[in-house]
Amino acid sequence: MLDVVHLPARGRRGTLVDTLLAPNVSTDRPEPHDLPVESPSGSVTLLDRSISFRTHPERYRHWKLTIDGRVATLALDVDEDSPIARGYELKLNSYDLGVDIELRDAILRLRFEHPEVGAVVIASAKDKVFCSGANIQMLASSNHSFKVNFCKFTNETRNQIEEASHYSGQHYLCAVGGTAAGGGYELALATDYIILVDDSSAAVSLPEVPLLGVLPGTGGLTRLVDKRKVRRDIADVVATKIEGTRGRKALEWGLVDEIVPKSAFSSKVHEVATRLADSSPRPKDVRGISLPDPEPEIYPNSVIYPYVRADIDRSSRTATITISAPKDSGPVDPESIAEAGPSWWPLAMVSQLDDLILWLRFNEATIGTFLMKTRGEPAVVDSIERTMWTYRDNWLVNEVISWIRSTLRRLETSSRSLIALVDEGSCFVGTLAEVAFACDRIYMLTGLSDGETPLSSGHSSDLPTIRLTPANFGPLTMDNGLTRLESRFLKDPDHVSELAEYMYKAIDAVEADELGLVTFALDEIDWDDEIRLVVEERASFSPDALTAMEANLRFCGPETVTTKIFGRLSAWQNWVFQRPNATGPQGALRSYGTGIRPSFEHIRT
Amino acid sequence: MKVDYAAKIPNNVNLAEDRQLTRALESWQPKYLAWWNQLGPKDFANNEVFLRTAVDVGQEGWANFGYVTMPEYRWGIFLAEPKPDRRISFGEHIGQPVWNEVPGEYRFDLRRLIAVQGDTEPASVEQQRHLGKTAPSLYDLRNLFQVNVEEGRHLWAMVYLLHRYFGKDGREEADALLERHSGDPDRPRLLGAFNEPTPDWLSFYLFTYFTDRDGKFQLHALTESAFDPLARTTQFMLKEEAHHMFVGATGVARVIQRTAELMKEHDTDDIRQYGGINLSIIQKYLNFHYSITLDLFGGDTSSNAANYYASGLKGRYHESERQDDHRLLNSTYKAEAVTDGHIDSIEVPTITALNQILQDDFIADCQNGVDRWNRILSEAGITTKLYLPHRGFNRQVGIFADYHITPEGVICSDEEWELKKSEWLPTPDDRSFVASLMVPVREPGKMASWLAPPATGIANKPIDYIYVKL
Ligand SMILES: [Fe+2]
Ligand SMILES: [Fe+2]
Repeated sequence: MLDVVHLPARGRRGTLVDTLLAPNVSTDRPEPHDLPVESPSGSVTLLDRSISFRTHPERYRHWKLTIDGRVATLALDVDEDSPIARGYELKLNSYDLGVDIELRDAILRLRFEHPEVGAVVIASAKDKVFCSGANIQMLASSNHSFKVNFCKFTNETRNQIEEASHYSGQHYLCAVGGTAAGGGYELALATDYIILVDDSSAAVSLPEVPLLGVLPGTGGLTRLVDKRKVRRDIADVVATKIEGTRGRKALEWGLVDEIVPKSAFSSKVHEVATRLADSSPRPKDVRGISLPDPEPEIYPNSVIYPYVRADIDRSSRTATITISAPKDSGPVDPESIAEAGPSWWPLAMVSQLDDLILWLRFNEATIGTFLMKTRGEPAVVDSIERTMWTYRDNWLVNEVISWIRSTLRRLETSSRSLIALVDEGSCFVGTLAEVAFACDRIYMLTGLSDGETPLSSGHSSDLPTIRLTPANFGPLTMDNGLTRLESRFLKDPDHVSELAEYMYKAIDAVEADELGLVTFALDEIDWDDEIRLVVEERASFSPDALTAMEANLRFCGPETVTTKIFGRLSAWQNWVFQRPNATGPQGALRSYGTGIRPSFEHIRT
Repeated sequence: MKVDYAAKIPNNVNLAEDRQLTRALESWQPKYLAWWNQLGPKDFANNEVFLRTAVDVGQEGWANFGYVTMPEYRWGIFLAEPKPDRRISFGEHIGQPVWNEVPGEYRFDLRRLIAVQGDTEPASVEQQRHLGKTAPSLYDLRNLFQVNVEEGRHLWAMVYLLHRYFGKDGREEADALLERHSGDPDRPRLLGAFNEPTPDWLSFYLFTYFTDRDGKFQLHALTESAFDPLARTTQFMLKEEAHHMFVGATGVARVIQRTAELMKEHDTDDIRQYGGINLSIIQKYLNFHYSITLDLFGGDTSSNAANYYASGLKGRYHESERQDDHRLLNSTYKAEAVTDGHIDSIEVPTITALNQILQDDFIADCQNGVDRWNRILSEAGITTKLYLPHRGFNRQVGIFADYHITPEGVICSDEEWELKKSEWLPTPDDRSFVASLMVPVREPGKMASWLAPPATGIANKPIDYIYVKL
């Protein structure tokens, strides 16, 4: 359990720039990266290659995906010699970013490619060990920014397991056939049902506090008390008990849902999986579509997908992210949507946006501001929206909506300042308007900037507008469980219902301003200066203070398990990560496995 | 239930006066007896056996011999006498007085070490439970039962530590030691070698030679522990362990002796038709038991081992006789590793290589016995020699587990392994041949066809003494 070896670090090769100059980064046989190592000055050391999130089951190294009728099995079989970075081995089914990239891919694929699958079993292909959590050597040797991004991504992936169950009826079952330690048990906690083998040795444990001086930060503490509703004093015992909890006691304490002797284990897992699959509303007799591959072209200062692009201005540490509508609105019913499959615009677009957000998080840590723009005919997006919301109960449309929901959530937890620019040529309609509502500020142009059209002159077809659709009134909830409009108008819920009257109407800047939909409505004379100022101002502030401030303002309203994980648990974890007692030279995380006991500063802060 | 502890459980830990301990043992002891009756030696519960019982810890007369039925055996609790002013001899607490209670921060690690050691003791009793049926002599039958009751006592020794020093958790752990069973598909023993069957007496001798010898090295490492009760307990266990290895070493030697006689007599290597075991089969059995025993040492580089050492919980073999700083923070060790398809040695921090270092000491010790066996062969004029296979051969644990490695230490392909493994490891035919020889011999002083008699009897008794009253 949590046993780590020491390998001499191998030499660096390649540079970030080398990679960025190559127009297309393939993940086929990724060379190991150097982990971003803590540098003496505390500044970020860039990776020598960009990290890509694109993969395919044929290229998985750590998971085995098999499908048997309505039940899929995802067996964790980590190849210890294939870490994503150099300098550690993935012993005992421990995971790193590479393992989790495959897990995310599998979760998504199962939703789109296998509508028939009603239950997914997460299991281990290794005897005696289910999963021993995040690789400690990897965590200990990576810098703060990487650690935080890694934890955030793994948290999002676990949330997606819960979302698959909640929104798609694709239920997850965890078959814990050996010890599940730390992140291993946290993975189990994200599933609907946990079966633990009862063999007097397999245990579930959260040993982070006593062993590593950090928290079970991948949802562990939160899900223990908030999801499984384990009594807080028992949770206290569990979270300080290195050896974990076995069989009967684990069941008694509510840490697992069922315990089964080893000989009956696989048949029990099969039985429960079949039951879960039978209770799933997913269609049995339709064919899936293949998951889109976002296929970016990557240049030193641009990442370009067919419908999404990011253009980086390094001097202002800003990326302009532009989402483009298609030329025409395409499919109009479920049959043609299924036929279009991965090329249906909402699906293609969201796959690209999601990939871009992840890419920027991991490869462009210093780009602190995202300017969110859209380009295209509002009428085209309008008609796509109408199709999407008319057929929202269709399984495939439902999956696309779910992906949009989680991508918007990912955007909001990205620790970047988000500014929407509703300018000439934009198409902030429905789902894309939701992108704007996800931002910290929305700037809207009151007239065309060519100077010819009079300002505030009513509805010209070329004037930037915002259109609300059903996207803005329910399905795309934030992590706090509210819609973005409900969060925006927390004080005045009636206003949200009034806004529903404006469904599918083009709202110009003046009206949008009156309705509270934008932060500032600016005319073309002020526009450039104001935008330049806000960008420069943002770049001049402390990035830490901004991240913290934005996170506090974005998630107003009620708490949910997810907001607690991203707000409370992650914030405490990130604090602990910064403290000498964890990551100082004698801290517990750094000294784990070296044979040197940690030595603590005993001040309670 | 009321137990008269002084009479029933010989001890030097003041058992009768320790309320907490008596209460714990009151509930555990019946479970232990139930386990012994269910999974201990099959069929011989009512026979009187000439057994050694530990009754004291002094140099003189620590044990006495006499007839006893096994369920009536007095499993005692003994700690070697404390060394006055004993100091911690390694790790970061070096030089400080040893601990007489478990420090909170090491509670988990110590409990784990004790539970793993404790798990092996009843495991071997379970593995050997059917051997009584086919014992090759009364002398050997008695030795089997001696080993069994002492492994039972070793379990008691570990349970004592769990009950006395680890509170409620310790009691649960002690119960779990009786709940896991060797080879049980539902609740197997913790370590692989202890889930393998011991189906015949050749396996038994090799098991006691190799696997009990692993026990010796683990116990030695624990006798160095800063936790004094553990150090003293394991020190005493080593006295009994010596006999187990004696049974193995002389058992294998007697098989070889008999094989050599038959080879000479019939002037052939293949003596199966004469009721003997071919050297090639002995070598294959040796390869098997040696390799699964090497797995017991754990990962070749291990942060757990490093932590145990740094904390003073588990030292090296003969720690205090070693000439170094006993901290090992800056030293490196040449460890074997697989690089680019062949076996090489690499420098690793010594403190992470402690499992491999203990294994190296074990290997050297094993070689001594093999040399002695080879002397029997050369004295008989036989040129064939037995050997220890390469440490990477047939491994399931550690850096070699991912490769097929020949006994000579060459990495080979899956195909070659499949082709050759019948030359290296016992085949079903070998096993059924050996099984066919396992017919019980119960006349005092008589030996089975494949086995030479021992040089002397037990406790100055003659070889034809009635060691077990049938
Ligand atoms: Fe023993
Ligand atoms: Fe033994």
